[in-house]
Amino acid sequence: MARAAPKPQANMGPPVPRYDGRAKVTGDARYPSDVPVASPAFAFLVTSAIAKGRIVRMDLAAAQAVPGVLDILTAEDTRELKHVKFAAGGAGASTSIQGLGPDIDHDGQIVAVVLADSFEAAREAAHKVDITYAAEEPAATFDATNAREESPEEVGERAKKLPKAGDAAAALASAEVTIDAQYATPAQHHNAIELFTTTALWSGDELTIYEPSQFVFGLKNNLAERLGIDAEQIRVVSPYVGGAFGSKAQMTPRTALIALAARRLGRPVKLVSTRDQAFTISTYRAETRHRIRMGARRDGRITAFIHEGWELTSRPDPYSVAGVEDSARMYGFGAVETRVTLVHADRNTPGFMRSPPVVPYIYALESAMDELALELGMDPVELRRANNSMRDATGKEWSSRSLMECYDEAAAAFGWKERTARPGSMRDGDWLIGWGCATAAYPTHLGPSAVRVRLTPAGEVRVQVAAHDIGTGLYTVLAQLAADELGVPLDMVRVELGDTALPPGIVAGGSVSTAATGSALVKACAAIRERLTAAPAQTTGGPSGNKLEDVFERLGIGAIEEYAEFIPEGGKPDAIASLYKGKPALGGGSHGEKLMYALGAEFVEVRVHALTREIRVPRIVGAFAAGRIMNTRTARSQLMGGMIWGISSALHEATEIDRRHARYINDNLADYLMPVNADIRDVEVILVPEEDSEVNPIGAKGLGELGNVGTAAAITNAVHHATGVRIRELPVRLEKLLG
Amino acid sequence: MRPFHYERAATPAAAVKMAGTTPMSPDQPSVATPVQYLAGGTNLLDMMKIDVMRPDRVVDINAIAETRHGGIEVSDDGMWLGALARMAEVAEHADVKHRFPVIAQSLTLAASQQLRNMASIGGNVLQRTRCPYYRDTSYAECNKRDPGSGCAALGGFNRMHAVLGTSKACIATYPGDFAQALIALDARVEITGAHGHRSMAFAELHRRPDDEPHMETRLAPGELITAFTIAALPWARRSKYLKIRDRESYEFALASAAVALDMDGDIVREARIALGGVATVPWRASAAEHEIQGKRLDERALAAAAEAAFADARVFEHNAFKIALGKRTLTRALRETAAMET
Ligand SMILES: Cc1cc2nc3c(=O)[nH]c(=O)nc-3n(C[C@H](O)[C@H](O)[C@H](O)COP(=O)(O)OP(=O)(O)OC[C@H]3O[C@@H](n4cnc5c(N)ncnc54)[C@H](O)[C@@H]3O)c2cc1C
Ligand code: SF4
Repeated sequence: MARAAPKPQANMGPPVPRYDGRAKVTGDARYPSDVPVASPAFAFLVTSAIAKGRIVRMDLAAAQAVPGVLDILTAEDTRELKHVKFAAGGAGASTSIQGLGPDIDHDGQIVAVVLADSFEAAREAAHKVDITYAAEEPAATFDATNAREESPEEVGERAKKLPKAGDAAAALASAEVTIDAQYATPAQHHNAIELFTTTALWSGDELTIYEPSQFVFGLKNNLAERLGIDAEQIRVVSPYVGGAFGSKAQMTPRTALIALAARRLGRPVKLVSTRDQAFTISTYRAETRHRIRMGARRDGRITAFIHEGWELTSRPDPYSVAGVEDSARMYGFGAVETRVTLVHADRNTPGFMRSPPVVPYIYALESAMDELALELGMDPVELRRANNSMRDATGKEWSSRSLMECYDEAAAAFGWKERTARPGSMRDGDWLIGWGCATAAYPTHLGPSAVRVRLTPAGEVRVQVAAHDIGTGLYTVLAQLAADELGVPLDMVRVELGDTALPPGIVAGGSVSTAATGSALVKACAAIRERLTAAPAQTTGGPSGNKLEDVFERLGIGAIEEYAEFIPEGGKPDAIASLYKGKPALGGGSHGEKLMYALGAEFVEVRVHALTREIRVPRIVGAFAAGRIMNTRTARSQLMGGMIWGISSALHEATEIDRRHARYINDNLADYLMPVNADIRDVEVILVPEEDSEVNPIGAKGLGELGNVGTAAAITNAVHHATGVRIRELPVRLEKLLG
Repeated sequence: MRPFHYERAATPAAAVKMAGTTPMSPDQPSVATPVQYLAGGTNLLDMMKIDVMRPDRVVDINAIAETRHGGIEVSDDGMWLGALARMAEVAEHADVKHRFPVIAQSLTLAASQQLRNMASIGGNVLQRTRCPYYRDTSYAECNKRDPGSGCAALGGFNRMHAVLGTSKACIATYPGDFAQALIALDARVEITGAHGHRSMAFAELHRRPDDEPHMETRLAPGELITAFTIAALPWARRSKYLKIRDRESYEFALASAAVALDMDGDIVREARIALGGVATVPWRASAAEHEIQGKRLDERALAAAAEAAFADARVFEHNAFKIALGKRTLTRALRETAAMET
């Protein structure tokens, strides 16, 4: 495996090391729960053991008797919290957000909060809270008798906003070759290593929240609403986030509870929830089902594409991932029809998880493409080439599209031309070898951002914005960009993120941070440069040189500070005002004038033991094009991590659900499998040069959520090539190959 | 986790004496025994944190590792393994690898390096099942945890559960690996208790669930495992552990086979087979051994052994695949063991 960062090619920035790398590996970086507060009380959550029903009795006597216990919050104590409306990615993202009972709406709903002098006492007392439930039969998932599928009217209403072009049914009926296949993807949980933590600290009426967050301004505003106080009384601090993947984008129930507890006790309160609680107190990737019908000409041109999706959500909340929006655009289909149906069950509300729409929907599409290639007797790469187009079926044009360049580079690096097409035809001793490929895609979103930049005569630069580095590399690329724009060495730049005391930044979601924050930063730096050039050439007695110090002296000021706002083209003029209010407006992708996507091609080799059928992925090659690459090291790291996630998603990750009880079963890291280093062999990332001046001023397409898209399809396609068995339901488990 | 008293013992005798000061009933669920020995703690601490085990007293026996009971002794007659030897020490011991490969392999393929560095082999054979309903006290039904309460796994998510040795009361899988290797090599286990020393065939240590799944072993409360002994039998060298699992790096077995063969040319003179991942206890597949004893290991014999091993298997909603997988695992293990150069 090539271990060095790729050498920058055209339109790529240098692989400077991570700005926050040293702080993170030495333990200097303080994550929110590391921030010391004076004499905190510790909270431990009590969560429900049933998914549906009521709490009949809650006996707190034994818990209260545990030495050190200070307070136990139950439903009665939290009535003052205000109801907030559900908004995907915003507030109310779990069905339990509205109350601690007595009604139970999902497994693991928070029903009480124990507060004690020590974590240990709080935990012991939590285990001693004795609850009697009146349980009802819950609907766990699809096919449960009492799950509620949306009515045709609801489905029809949503379909009006989904892609449609031509008469797909007629095109299908008259097609020379057709396929009709169904796919399914499981529930998955983010399982970031950093757990869901909150520390709340009141000083008079002012509340400070330390909590890992992908959107501090969102959290601030939603929390204010929930607590019924002015948002200006709240500051949210989250300089480092130990993994988020979408799970820390919205407000979850815990924050207001901890704030309330801190106010009652008159003392800071600290919560570090447990791993199993993480499965139920935030969101997750819900299970989906798909039916894809395609019709094609003998030469491979796809004349009809019909993609129907079914998505699981909670009883009250209509969370929808609706990735048909993207699957329908991927190729130059003749006619397109799409539909999405939500199924409501007794579960916590799902939400964003790395590349939410495209992971399940592109998996289904790219599996179907492989099935069609087989049906046509075509090489799978050539089928993509035959349908590669700068326009989608609705006639919308791409801003830039380097898909086939990605395929060609990745195929060459992988050695694809050595592949023999017949399933089962490649073998190494007892191991069956399969090669497969698939497209990766992620919409290029656009979002607003503000930023403040200060330059001193000594050349020190400070960049401030309430954006978020969730491990993606934002600290690094902003430092790089500022150094470039202001012509100072990199080590003169300080970057401050993740704090509502700073100018508002966009949610770290939709892979939009680099483009939005970077574009604002470029503006602020230009303004600083302008002020520098406006300095008089000479002042009597003053220095005449071009050194920064001299220029400042001639200007007669000690520092230049510029605040800038960036609103993407076509964005609303009040976009920044909305950001202050915690409302991010994301555009782009398929929603603007042009189709904007980062694209890639992934090739994998799988090995399946001929007898016992274990599945291994010894190598994977991905080539990606994403406009301007800011830093080839952080880009590679995101893409490599993404592909590993894709392997994980294909082979391991599934949240198992007990169907009788609608409860999660494998809610710990020993049973919720993910690959560790020892499982991953050869991962190669190729960065394909691409220029796109239309996406945003810095020309960068987000790539944080690109690498893990399509991987699962590449793997199931390879498994089919190895064994002749088509797996249409993830994850791939060896029992599906024992047949 | 609940508060507990912590004590330390430096010798087996001292440990047993400390434990003996709390009266313990012999038919209490082993998980509820009020005194627990602490070895590596990799299982005990886990179980205490999730509130499944709530001992009043924890007797730390790690200092015993400084005595003979932390060591490994290999001679021409066989091997003596102190109960406090760490999994990693045994797995990496040159003589063990060479003369008793199935032992070393079963340990190397178990858990992760970090866990193997901590965990003792005595604690290893006593690790509790991974049944998720047993590990989550919010499920009321679990006969192993709470006798007579029912079994949530029977109609629940039971992909990892057993197909051999199950009962109406419990279908939990014995999760470990090393135990199968001990069975394949006819190991004995040495025990110290309030009434002195005793030893028994290791195969006798674990009890099938039957009507009393809470009675997991034949150890009396407070008894301490001090060592394992393995004779240098002719089949020890030609021995192997094959483990099939979802994740290559570390994960419990879906199916595993410990196989030891004494070959006379291509005829099997003597065979030992133990199966893991598929049974409620470390499982000796005697019927399968019988099918190949005195025979050439051809496809027919292999198929007959695999059939015999799973003839009595019972499957549940999510684990039916374990019969096919178990048979294939055994077949592959037998083939590969027969092909070993010794
Ligand atoms: C993530 C993970 C993965 C794992 N994967 C595997 C795997 O693949 N294969 C596998 O085999 N194991 C696996 N394990 C289990 C691991 O091997 C055991 O936890 C370990 O061997 C237990 O040894 P210990 O010394 O830490 O025991 P402890 O936790 O100290 O003790 C376990 C129990 O045994 C009792 N005990 C300990 N020593 C003695 C003694 N000498 N006499 C009497 N009673 C005693 C204790 O009182 C306690 O009840 C895994 C564990 C984890 C956490
Ligand atoms: S299988 Fe055994 S351990 Fe699991 S729930 Fe049933 S009785 Fe309990």
